[in-house]
Amino acid sequence: MMSTKGYKPESGLAAEIEVEAYRRLFPLQYYECHLAESVRPDSRALGRARDTTIALGPVPSADGSALVKIGDTTVLAAIKLEVMTPSIDSPDVGSVAVDFQMPPICSPVVRPGRPAEAAPVIAKQLSDVIMSSGMINLKELSLISGKAAWMAYLDIYCLNADGSLFDAALLSATAAFSHLQIPLVSLNDDGKLITVSEEVKDKAAVEPVNKENRKLTIAVVPFSLTCIVHGKYILADPTSEEESVMDTHVTVVLDSKERLVSLYKAGGAVLLHTSVVKDCIVLAKQRVEELSEILRESLSAMEVD
Amino acid sequence: MDVDVRADGRTLNQLRPLTCSRNLLNRAHGDTTVLAAVFGPKAGTKKGENPEKASIEVIWKPKTGQIGRREKEYEMILRQTLQSICLLTVHPNTTTSIIVQVIGDNGALLSCAINASCVALVDAGIPLKHLAVAICCGLTVGGHVILDPTVLEEQKLKAVLHLVFPNPPLSIHHKTQSLMKDEPIEHGIITSVTQGVMSVPDYEHCLERGRIACTKISEFVRRNLQSLAREGLAKAT
Repeated sequence: MMSTKGYKPESGLAAEIEVEAYRRLFPLQYYECHLAESVRPDSRALGRARDTTIALGPVPSADGSALVKIGDTTVLAAIKLEVMTPSIDSPDVGSVAVDFQMPPICSPVVRPGRPAEAAPVIAKQLSDVIMSSGMINLKELSLISGKAAWMAYLDIYCLNADGSLFDAALLSATAAFSHLQIPLVSLNDDGKLITVSEEVKDKAAVEPVNKENRKLTIAVVPFSLTCIVHGKYILADPTSEEESVMDTHVTVVLDSKERLVSLYKAGGAVLLHTSVVKDCIVLAKQRVEELSEILRESLSAMEVD
Repeated sequence: MDVDVRADGRTLNQLRPLTCSRNLLNRAHGDTTVLAAVFGPKAGTKKGENPEKASIEVIWKPKTGQIGRREKEYEMILRQTLQSICLLTVHPNTTTSIIVQVIGDNGALLSCAINASCVALVDAGIPLKHLAVAICCGLTVGGHVILDPTVLEEQKLKAVLHLVFPNPPLSIHHKTQSLMKDEPIEHGIITSVTQGVMSVPDYEHCLERGRIACTKISEFVRRNLQSLAREGLAKAT
């Protein structure tokens, strides 16, 4: 009998069957046995997030891209810039279109041919958070006032959905925006904007429109942490198994200035009391520090290359 | 908006007059009007749902145009909120559909829809744990909290919050249900959806104000349901 540490059979049946069978048959009890010992089945402490890595620039054809892994959750974000004519109401701002895709390969729950229910909701939340946090100054995406501005298509693909999708998606979006390199454009004789490739630039007499200002300044960076509240326990950064067993999810988005960008909880079995809200925010603050350190390291590593 | 009077003459704390008519299920926050209809419980659940529990399905019909991302998000928030207040084990392997038709949108749409669907569930006789009461709060640039903002006000606000609180069940038993020792049930948050940047104390302030306003809405809903229940009884006898 493989009796792991912290696993205490309560009843006669639980003592007799194997751990893996118990996990399948009584998932909630299995988790409660662990939680009582302040540990999770993947040997994390309750408030600890999984290992997080950011790889910048995995898609060379895009203008900016990032691959983020939080534990097994893998998310790929890529930004493509296109020139568009800004609307008359706002002549000197560009715009950002956010899309979140969950292909069938990412999770056994998503079936081919039927789009995942969560995908449009996550896309909407992402664009809300990106726009309302003031992370990007849309005026920087302007090229010629009233004539041309950048339209940034941010496409995020979930490659492996193992919980905390929104956290990974937001992190990949911010990383992709930090990696974004705005291409050089110049006006041709017809008054149209054309992109200037690096080789042509040296010989031809074309004057690029945007010589300076090839990177976006990211003033504040929003980071998010999803927690599961189960009774008196708060589990940070849940896996998909934990998300399916316990259904009270709280997503806290804080920016680098410790302001609250979003606190999202929709239904769930447990009511959220003010003290629990505060605990979640404290966990999110710690996570913001962790994540900004990880992001800074990956950005400085890129500059060295 | 540093004066204490808003464009429509309300004070910061004042809600728009609420109306609610059942059977023709129509619940309004002033000129934001939502029609909610409940069908069910119907036999069977969708593929992938737990057959040991009842499943809830929400269909959102916008006033004009096609269903977009915003509507999809509202559908999901509404479904998860209603799932948490329904006693799902009473009718296992059934589906209850809630159809929400937006008739007029002048701010606080999601809160209005949650309140309407909750009353519609009561009218349909779906067993509930407790009522859910939703309120929309706004945070002005100056840091004031305003309740139940209109669309015009929403555009000027720094942040908009939709909060849903439970309406504590009236129980003949004396205080046994309170799970947390120091915090009563009505202090728990069922749903919190925020948009816009605010500080943490601002959020707590909004929670407090929203909770107080919700007791007013709770009273209104309860009074309304009770009077209609009496009418129903009179018709039956």
